[in-house]
Amino acid sequence: MSWTDGQRPITVAVLAMGGEGGGVLSGWIASLGEAQGWTSQSTSVAGVAQRTGATIYYVELFPPHEGGGTDARQEPVLSMMPTPGEVDVVIASELMEAGRAVQRGFVTPDRTTLIASTNRVYSITERSTLGDGRVDSQALITAAGAASRHFVGADFMALALAAKSVISASLFGALAASGALPFSREEFEAAITQTGKAKKADASLRAFAAGFEAAQGATEPPPEGATLDGTPITVDAEQLNARPRNPVPVMLSLRRPPDPAEEAARAEAAAQERALADPTSLVGRELHGHARRVAADFPHAARLMLLRGLQRTALYQDLAYSDRYLARVARVAAVDPDRDGEAVMTTEAARHVALWMCYHDTIHVALQKTRQERLQRVRDEAGADPEQLMQVREFLHPQIDEITDTMPTALGARLAKSAVFGKVVHAVTHKGMVVNTTSASGYATLSAIARLRPMRPRSLRFGREQQFIDAWLDLAVDIAPQDPDLATEIIRCERVLKGYGQTHEHGQESFGLLIEAAKRLRGQEGAARQLARLKEAALVDEDGAALRSALANVGLADVVA
Amino acid sequence: MAERSFAQEVLALRQGAGTTFRGEGILAVTKALLQSGVAYVGGYQGAPISHLMDVLGDAHEILEELDVYFENSASEATAAAMLAASVHYPLRGAVTFKSTVGTNVASDALANLSSGGVTGGALVIVGEDYGEGSSIMQERSHAFAMKSQMWLLDPRPNLTAIVEAVESGFELSEVSNTPVMLQLRLRSCHLTGSFVAKDNKRPPMTVTDAVENPKRDVSRIVLPPASFLHEQEKITHRWPAAVKFIQERGMNEFFAEDAADIGIIVQGGLYNTLNRALELLGCSDAFGNSAIPLYCMNVTYPIVNDEVLRFCEGKRAVLLLEEGQPDYIEQSLNAILRRAGATAALHGKDLLPVAGEYTPTAVTRGVAAFLKKYRPEAVTSEPALLRPDTDPGSPFAPRVEPAVVQPRPPGLCTGCPERPIFSALKLAERETGQHHISADIGCHLFSINAPFNLGATTMGYGLGSAGGAALNSKDADRRTIAIMGDGGFWHNGLTSGVGNAVFNKNDQLLVVVDNAYSAATGGQDVLSSQAQSPLRSTQHPIEKAVRGIGVKWATTVTNTFKVAELRDLFIHALTTDEPGPKVIVAQSECQLNRQRRVAPERAQAISDGKRIVKERFGVDAETCTGDHACIRISGCPSLTIKPNPDPMRIDPVATVTDSCVGCGVCGANAHAASLCPSFYRTDVVFNPTRRDKALAKVRNGWISMLSKGIERRAAGIEVSGDPGDLTVLDPAPAAARAAHSSHAGVSA
Repeated sequence: MSWTDGQRPITVAVLAMGGEGGGVLSGWIASLGEAQGWTSQSTSVAGVAQRTGATIYYVELFPPHEGGGTDARQEPVLSMMPTPGEVDVVIASELMEAGRAVQRGFVTPDRTTLIASTNRVYSITERSTLGDGRVDSQALITAAGAASRHFVGADFMALALAAKSVISASLFGALAASGALPFSREEFEAAITQTGKAKKADASLRAFAAGFEAAQGATEPPPEGATLDGTPITVDAEQLNARPRNPVPVMLSLRRPPDPAEEAARAEAAAQERALADPTSLVGRELHGHARRVAADFPHAARLMLLRGLQRTALYQDLAYSDRYLARVARVAAVDPDRDGEAVMTTEAARHVALWMCYHDTIHVALQKTRQERLQRVRDEAGADPEQLMQVREFLHPQIDEITDTMPTALGARLAKSAVFGKVVHAVTHKGMVVNTTSASGYATLSAIARLRPMRPRSLRFGREQQFIDAWLDLAVDIAPQDPDLATEIIRCERVLKGYGQTHEHGQESFGLLIEAAKRLRGQEGAARQLARLKEAALVDEDGAALRSALANVGLADVVA
Repeated sequence: MAERSFAQEVLALRQGAGTTFRGEGILAVTKALLQSGVAYVGGYQGAPISHLMDVLGDAHEILEELDVYFENSASEATAAAMLAASVHYPLRGAVTFKSTVGTNVASDALANLSSGGVTGGALVIVGEDYGEGSSIMQERSHAFAMKSQMWLLDPRPNLTAIVEAVESGFELSEVSNTPVMLQLRLRSCHLTGSFVAKDNKRPPMTVTDAVENPKRDVSRIVLPPASFLHEQEKITHRWPAAVKFIQERGMNEFFAEDAADIGIIVQGGLYNTLNRALELLGCSDAFGNSAIPLYCMNVTYPIVNDEVLRFCEGKRAVLLLEEGQPDYIEQSLNAILRRAGATAALHGKDLLPVAGEYTPTAVTRGVAAFLKKYRPEAVTSEPALLRPDTDPGSPFAPRVEPAVVQPRPPGLCTGCPERPIFSALKLAERETGQHHISADIGCHLFSINAPFNLGATTMGYGLGSAGGAALNSKDADRRTIAIMGDGGFWHNGLTSGVGNAVFNKNDQLLVVVDNAYSAATGGQDVLSSQAQSPLRSTQHPIEKAVRGIGVKWATTVTNTFKVAELRDLFIHALTTDEPGPKVIVAQSECQLNRQRRVAPERAQAISDGKRIVKERFGVDAETCTGDHACIRISGCPSLTIKPNPDPMRIDPVATVTDSCVGCGVCGANAHAASLCPSFYRTDVVFNPTRRDKALAKVRNGWISMLSKGIERRAAGIEVSGDPGDLTVLDPAPAAARAAHSSHAGVSA
């Protein structure tokens, strides 16, 4: 008997991050085997990798045996490290870790059952980008499916949390359901109950059951001719990069996870449909007239976004402000060459004009903080019971500019220059303020600030922003007839205007550079693409280095100066 | 108190003869020490042998019963020097530390010990931190064995083999008067398995006996002329005695010695990987029935020339598996074979990687190359990993787009008190400009990674201050910053860093991160730990120590989460005209250890009906503009991103996950860095008092009254009842959204 004849251990690799119970999971697997008379060996890498980093645990389970004969060991010689191409089961506690297991060759289409939690724990690179740095999860799921013989994927983290347990338990349940190990569910459960305290074991068993059921749902073999989403599926070994000498059994499931992306797209389509059929049903009664105007005068494709913009601007200021919003978008719609089609330019204008017009100022933040639905949302997030007492404390740090910006123009301008006023504000706020929104005085203060809304149009910042918005739209509308794509990209540049304080200043700077670049790119081939790339660069870092170098790359270094 | 408790596991250490002992490598080693009649044990924690120290600590009762002395050494040098007790007395002693870094620190004592030699068995158990998962420079302990002439054991990764290595190691040490190093590789420390136990043995002579009957022998002390005699003794007496014992005891193993005219020589620690490679190639089975002759070196130093020559006799070629570099063994074998005029060709690093870990892939590929050259018919199976990476059948064929798999370096835990220190330092540097930062070893070294990106060099444990010693210029308009942890501070930083800075009038700012534990190694106590320890003397303040050594400008911050205050203090320390080193002791308890202590207490209090307030932070998605500035000065694992719930906006917003422990760093950062108004803290009250309830009633009434106008106005603008269509749609890119999928499964 030898390896190729099947005298080999079942090999299991667990990829987890520190604190996720990877050690507990591999311990359960090892003791499960031992209890059934198998020889188990587990190893792990201890050390700093366990401080939130990715780490790997490895278990080998050798079937009951008679010993090795005279010259050899009586116990099987087991390996301490997974061998690429020879791993039977890979368990990954997170989707990118599953991708890492694939990348390292532990997951192969001829052999490996891959059990992976589809939740994402974003890497620091993904989290710290100024814009959207997230990697494509769908690419990870597709790779996991294609690289494994059998892929069991579900959000095992959510299941564990719902059971008030740790992901190791729900993954252990999925392992039991996957059938990759020749042990019964009861034997699996015994491994949990035999280790640890009873109270913990109960929670673990709940999570185990949830993981078991989810995995069963995820692994049902499809009936003859089953398809996903009505598309016929043909899978062959070549397509999956399989080892050519082995035919690859592929299991497909009818029950795919509810893909939030698809669900959102469906909901969006439904909203779109409703916007077309009954536009007034999507806004409050005071906006019904506006909604009818949108239906009559604007491209169909932009309607949903416009209705959202209407609601946003009206809530932010008043109905007159919504009129102003519609007038602005109308300017763009008038030059949209694809009015009757997708109307991308108008839709993007409907989005970005509304966002800019509703810039975050003290009044708006105060309004957001004092809304009832917001307080309910906070309560839900804190996991407080409906009857439980809860307080909400805001961490605010109003800057002098933010205060003077909110004041009537003349007063604001005067105070902004006043050294005395600056000192007073500094003394009060420089260490930051903590406001208890759920206290009588806290709520009164914030709701009073929210009620300053009617004063806003007379404020310093309001006037300034309206000027900038009009100048921006002037440029877009001016360019549109000549290069509609560039005009659309100019409209999209609003995306870099974000943040508060220094971050916002940086955004304004980037915006200025982008607009300057747009003017220079005007008339050039591929100007829109270039501007889009510059905008992405503006969202890479906070010191503008990426944007400067991107500008230099397209020969626009002098824009910075 | 250490991070992991072995209180349950150590009970197995009482097991008697004939019983089967099951457990991890570190427990097996501990049991083997007790079976060997060890008289004293010491060491310094560090992966991968941190847990060996924790096991010994948790086993103190058993050790006391057997009259075994145990201490947590101040450093590896201390641990190695402890072995001096075995010089004159027939006491068996063992010390343990991480290698090669610990061995570096210990080498002064080890060299002196090796020179004079030992009477009682002296065992140095080194946790070889090499290969995947290692946190240190990639070097070999082998060099230390050679330079000081200590014997080096590298047993097969199997608990029985490891236990035997401990037992025969003591004997080998005694017959050859030489300290013995037992190398435990990274994965062997936590390798599970079983072995047949023996009874524990009370040491024939205890430490007490030795103290009461002092002995001396000047010929064992390293001072001329004895030191010259020691060198001769090593060659004329100790080496031959060791070789004789190793041969007689059969410490090295021959497998299938005459099965073929080629063979493989392997370090014991690599044996299992080699057997797996041979299995994959069809040359061995699961029980090690190899078709290729093997010589397994469970003792890698000294090399037994006779055994090597015996193995190579009549063989055309042999392959040596020697992990790491330089290739000391290969060089040595070449000399042995050449001197003896042996004809076998020796292969090694010509067919295997010169540097790096000998993974199954590396070993299988190297062995396959060797066998195909000399005995192709032996290879009856071709594992997939032999295929070129470009072959679609290779396990390394690209199956996932490289860009979607990003590195995940270790970082500071959720709620880590060191995070606000680096946030504050980053904010201080915004005002003072950048400085040279000399970093140290410990969790705080994670500051060199994103998002902090602080720290230029690290020269070793406790050497943060010393690492900045040269960058001290009277003409410069700024000073150097040095970081040190409490572990490193007590290990040597007090003298090598602080004392040095005082003496040389260094102008640096030294930040001592005092989290009350040796946190990176698993939460062991140090001198300044806050906890009362029944076994050790703690609660010795760091500030008092630095003042005692001559620092004038020293201050202790007892709450590192006050980011703005800490930032201002940094700015002050970086700009003050006060001469000499400026020391800031930044003190807050390691959150990992704190939660382990506090969480059960809190759960108990809640169930006992006591009033408890549970805090956590949150981010208002609609107020957050998705610029992630908060993440860039924090990096907390619980502060992450989620798709923007606002269908008009594109970029993901910040969010706080349920793992938040309410440490407060988000709020403090929002203030200190003037971030944004999105952060809030929720205080959920368990078991409220009557006063709480009354106050809440008043407040709720007031709030509901004041909010009426606001809500009424909004009601005319928004759609009530089914607002979902306009507000909860998720506009994020499709792929990213899939990440947040829930419940049922994907299957392919």
